[in-house]
Amino acid sequence: MLKVEHLTKMFGGLAAVNDVSVDFEAGKINAIIGPNGAGKSTFFNLISGLHQPTSGRILLDGTDVTNMPSDKVARLGVGRTFQTTNLFEQASVLDNLIVGHRLRTKSGLWDVLINSKRLQREEKAARDKAMEALDFVGLTHVAGQFIADITQEERKRVAFALALATDPKIVLLDEPAAGVNPEETQGFAELMRKMVDNGLTVCLIEHKMDMIMSLADKIMVLDHGEKIAEGTPEEVRNNPVVIEAYLGGDEDAAA
Amino acid sequence: MLFKLGSLFMKPGAKMALLALAIVFPALASNEYQVYVMASAFVWAIAVYGLNIITGYCGQLNLAHGGFFAIGAYTLGLLTSDAGWSFWPAFVAALLVTAVLGFLVGVVSLRLKEHYFAIFTLCVGFIIYLLMDKWEELTHGPVGVRDIAAPYGFGVVDFTETTPFYYLVLAFLVFSIWFMGRLSRSLLGRTFIAIRNGDELAQSLGINLMRNKVLAFVLSTTYAGLAGALYAGMVRFIGPEEANIIHTFDMITYLLVGGIGTLTGPLLGTISIVWITQSLQFLEEYRMILFGPLLVVLVIFFPRGINGQFLTWMHHKAQTLSPAKKKKSSKVQTATSGEVKNNA
Repeated sequence: MLKVEHLTKMFGGLAAVNDVSVDFEAGKINAIIGPNGAGKSTFFNLISGLHQPTSGRILLDGTDVTNMPSDKVARLGVGRTFQTTNLFEQASVLDNLIVGHRLRTKSGLWDVLINSKRLQREEKAARDKAMEALDFVGLTHVAGQFIADITQEERKRVAFALALATDPKIVLLDEPAAGVNPEETQGFAELMRKMVDNGLTVCLIEHKMDMIMSLADKIMVLDHGEKIAEGTPEEVRNNPVVIEAYLGGDEDAAA
Repeated sequence: MLFKLGSLFMKPGAKMALLALAIVFPALASNEYQVYVMASAFVWAIAVYGLNIITGYCGQLNLAHGGFFAIGAYTLGLLTSDAGWSFWPAFVAALLVTAVLGFLVGVVSLRLKEHYFAIFTLCVGFIIYLLMDKWEELTHGPVGVRDIAAPYGFGVVDFTETTPFYYLVLAFLVFSIWFMGRLSRSLLGRTFIAIRNGDELAQSLGINLMRNKVLAFVLSTTYAGLAGALYAGMVRFIGPEEANIIHTFDMITYLLVGGIGTLTGPLLGTISIVWITQSLQFLEEYRMILFGPLLVVLVIFFPRGINGQFLTWMHHKAQTLSPAKKKKSSKVQTATSGEVKNNA
């Protein structure tokens, strides 16, 4: 599905991502973990085209997307969420979601001026898609409310819905469960499983270990930009390199 | 058809009433000067609508807007006075010139983001001023452009009269607002708003930033050019001061007071401030002592302007009044039970 080969990103002299190769299978939940500053978000930015890699290759279903601008990558089916999502606070949830399907439409200025059939058709399609995404994340009941008036957890679900409205094949979720309580975390885990059940491939960055260990099919561990481990939750949990990276210094480990 | 974004909140009757008021205004006005002031307020409102596209909807603070207004005015002025064109061909040319220059400036300046874009366009605006002030062979420098043609009415009406000119400007304003309404509700308008929410998020939604930003910029400069050309046809004498940065800041004030990123905001802001300024004429420059605190209070308590505040208030009123409240709680229950089923 998503194949990354020897991916490297240098910021000046610093390798934020260093020679990372990984293969994410379709229809699975793939997690990326690692200490703060390990290069996880940079890794996502490289895949989604917001940053251009220094070297290496990214293949999406066999298509080379390595130096593609992010809007094209999105059109090829890579949806993503961010740690924080800025939305139009004084507009309804539904109004914020309609633009999610924009990349599948073609109407331009001329269509707006003459209110063309195509524009009407595409606007209806975008609206239907937004409702569908909203239904998927279980927020139909807040469709008409302003973003400013919904809860933190609902905002996170709206961000999910926005990514889903782009009709992605794979979704990259950057800390989907950050800042929500344990009960809500459970809800997000269920939502991700539901995505996979509906044929999507999920790729997430997360710090909540309990959630990752019970949810992920495969985990990749990054530390200082390098991949230090990869495998099932069980394998990663017992990997001495991972334990060292998380629990700290060389001296302690040596002693 | 007039104020479409407010369509959720503003009933068609209200729009028609507003339009009717604008139509009968010359009859209600106590003298011709008031009609003239209103016509000039409409001209500025058109320019402010342009600023609303790039700054209000697309989120890019363009400080060269007054410069493009002046380019529209100068194009019309120079073509009719020096080149001897008649009004309407020069008018069309003014729109084309501002659109093309807007494209060229946009392609370069929109590579910059946020403050850098604002600073760059501030410089562009100043360069436009300098060109008008110093390039005497073309622009006559500080002397300005005289003998600008007035719009002719194809033998039917005489637009050199204040009242017919008022209706001409009103027609352009109605068209400007109508197009703006259509734009703001369309997928294209939503695309602009997505860019305002954040470049990275917009890109990850598959939106081509540069293409959409340039389109918004060209639309905004064309609006400025339209307003500038009407202004030149109205005052018939222009100078480099039309490109003074103060006009850009005036327009930003109109936009902030009325409600940035809303459909009725530019109209409300422009008309109210133009009339407040008029009625405080007797205070001369001291009126700024009143204006300053007024603006500070407004920005603190109504950060989204008069119209933004109104829309928010109407929305909350609709939310609390509607029977949806009851339905909402029952819907929540069905949603949760639905989720439970999915999990099982």
